[in-house]
Amino acid sequence: MSAPAPLPAPAPRRRLRVATASLAGCFGCHMSFLDMDERLVGLIDLIVLDRSPLTDIKHPGPCDIALVEGGVCNAENVHVLRELRRAAKVVIALGACAVNGGLPAMRNHRGLEDILRKVYEERPDGGAGIPDDPELPLLTDKVHPLHEVVRVDYFLPGCPPSADAIHKFLTDLAEGRTPRLADALLHFD
Amino acid sequence: MTEIENVVVIDGLRVPFEPGQTILEAALAAGVWIPHLCHHPDFAPHGSCKVCTVVVNGRNGSACTMRALPGQEVASATPEIQERRRTLLQMLFVEGNHFCPGCEKSGNCTLQALAYDAEMLTPRFDHFYPNRRLDGSHPDVLLDLDRCILCELCVRASRDVDGKSVFAVAGRGGDCRIVVNSPTGRLGDTDLAIEDAAAHVCPVGAILPKRVGFSVPIGARVFDAGPISEVSPHLARTEDGR
Repeated sequence: MSAPAPLPAPAPRRRLRVATASLAGCFGCHMSFLDMDERLVGLIDLIVLDRSPLTDIKHPGPCDIALVEGGVCNAENVHVLRELRRAAKVVIALGACAVNGGLPAMRNHRGLEDILRKVYEERPDGGAGIPDDPELPLLTDKVHPLHEVVRVDYFLPGCPPSADAIHKFLTDLAEGRTPRLADALLHFD
Repeated sequence: MTEIENVVVIDGLRVPFEPGQTILEAALAAGVWIPHLCHHPDFAPHGSCKVCTVVVNGRNGSACTMRALPGQEVASATPEIQERRRTLLQMLFVEGNHFCPGCEKSGNCTLQALAYDAEMLTPRFDHFYPNRRLDGSHPDVLLDLDRCILCELCVRASRDVDGKSVFAVAGRGGDCRIVVNSPTGRLGDTDLAIEDAAAHVCPVGAILPKRVGFSVPIGARVFDAGPISEVSPHLARTEDGR
């Protein structure tokens, strides 16, 4: 009996196309992404960046994953988020603001007009008035987490999520596992 | 006649109990973890949060209020019950304003620790973002009802331990809220003292002693040491301290 033919070599794994965006956030989650440091070199074997502040590409092409930081606080945020939802197979809410509105949502229990007056008018120097430039995106009445605007596939809490948590989540997904954060990596603050 | 053993079976484990103990008291005394939020060993059982709901001989019940009885088969850590607990926690999160990054109770907060233990990644439901009162009128204690989960521990502590009845619950349904027993409704006009049990019993940071917020740094707080199911102060410890 002849020896069985050797199995063909596995096809090289296709790199996942990842888009990232920051909506009503502080960019802390992107900084945490960069905090992966030398592990980024290994990660780049698994992913390729599409639209992102890190590439300066403005609009996403077809993507596997969209990592979205920040909540939704204005019309532009809604537009960017919907564009990412259409482009990506998987949307991940990255960080506390994307998951539950975070600190920007602390404005929700004050009226929007009250907030604007307090910030721009009720100042010791009298303030310069509430900005009304037509290029400014209209503010939403409340700050919303992503899942109140589009369908979200995964949530990665933390303010920001640690580099370890982001690395674990992305490598789990890239290697075909359901992402899971063990107790030490799961933080809301 | 054979004497009936004072033992309940919780998730297959034989747990002895003293007559009069609740299922939760027996479990915690034996080092068996059942998640709970409105229960505190120093105060009368209340059964309001339902996080400790278990299935006893096929029927649902709050482990903190059900007496332990011989012959009880209790299911607690099943995937179905854990999923229900996670849903309860998600509802508690969206009904208040729980912003952990901006809360000095973070790391010492029972609601947060239970959510970690239940691997809650998202509040899942639409947020209420309620508009609630912040009362900073007391010189030593801050009252921030944004975080109140209506567990009534402060009500029980003030009434049963401090003998002052500073706090009470008013309203119904979505209007249900903690009120303060003073002519102005302000905490500063009550006889609450910083030494009172009610000033320290809140599990979520709705009642906070002032000027001690970061005396223990983040990372070294109660639930930073491990999951609440292992480090809960209510759980019996073995001789080696685990």
